[in-house]
Amino acid sequence: MDKETLAITLGIIFGFAARLRLLQSDYRQYPTYPHGQVIHLALGLIASALGAVAIPALLKPDYTAVTFLTLAAQQFRDVRNMERETLQKLDETELVPRGFSYIEGIAMVFEGRNYIVILAALFTSAAVMFGGWITGVVVGIVAIVLSSLLKSGKNMGQIGAVYEVPLRVEGASLYAADIYLMNIGLPDNRKRILENGVGIVIEPLNASSRITISNLGQRQAILHDVSSILGVTRDSGEPALTPLAKLDLKDGRLGLVTLPQEKNIPKIIQVIKNVPVLESAVRKPNQFDAKKQV
Amino acid sequence: MNEKILAIITTAPDLVAGGGSPVFVTKDEEELLERAFLLEKILDAMVHKLNESTYIIVKH
Repeated sequence: MDKETLAITLGIIFGFAARLRLLQSDYRQYPTYPHGQVIHLALGLIASALGAVAIPALLKPDYTAVTFLTLAAQQFRDVRNMERETLQKLDETELVPRGFSYIEGIAMVFEGRNYIVILAALFTSAAVMFGGWITGVVVGIVAIVLSSLLKSGKNMGQIGAVYEVPLRVEGASLYAADIYLMNIGLPDNRKRILENGVGIVIEPLNASSRITISNLGQRQAILHDVSSILGVTRDSGEPALTPLAKLDLKDGRLGLVTLPQEKNIPKIIQVIKNVPVLESAVRKPNQFDAKKQV
Repeated sequence: MNEKILAIITTAPDLVAGGGSPVFVTKDEEELLERAFLLEKILDAMVHKLNESTYIIVKH
């Protein structure tokens, strides 16, 4: 086998392995069905083939082959649109929707992962071309490990303290501790919310996390995750039984009422702590430098 | 603005003037709650209590 073929083969193998490793179905239950997974694996295979071919083509030298890479980037941007559209359609049938920010985050990840696959394949094939097949294998394994590290972002537990508070009703108003949540007209609904509901407060740790927590998309993501993992006592035609999050404007604490089917407080707190911090919700006012001239 | 008052239910019609949403006048509080419950289910919109005599149905 000549060097080019070996480089391309190893590049594809490691690129594909990286995609396999990044594709996991977890509690978000997406993509779950084999067909959904096949779509992403097939795209991953194409991505790895593209990455693997680039360096051998450059060395050959076959410069036109490299221009195909730009064409490929265009292809993978469509992945994001595809995911966004699917998830938005599905969101309409959710009792507690994910919200646009969460969907955008997931769609972005799907696009990003294809680029990671291209890079992993590219580095592997480059290593084979300049080193040998052993170097290629080592670089490929390192690339897969690095790509797994890129997978994880921050979660809510790192930016806020999460604890349970009692829910109470004053007249028709529902409060979580001292944070006003909503006005519930029917006494029957008030009773059901007090019975099934769990009040939670998320206290931001600093100024940056205060802004993140106040983001509406981030709040919806928290409510969606709690509802999808622990179930939700809700149905259509029951608008009062809506999990809800409201801010205390004075100190930035977020008060939530969740309506889990399984009233397991430590688990609810753990689920909230594991909710990913959405990229679109992150702001960093701490890094603003007043002395710096813009 | 997506919020919209779909209906008003009251036992004190003199406190409510029609302004685009239907007003349901009831005899007493029991009937008021029953009407509010029914309308909540039918309209899939939330019941809010304004005061002892008036409830509104709001689509959020």
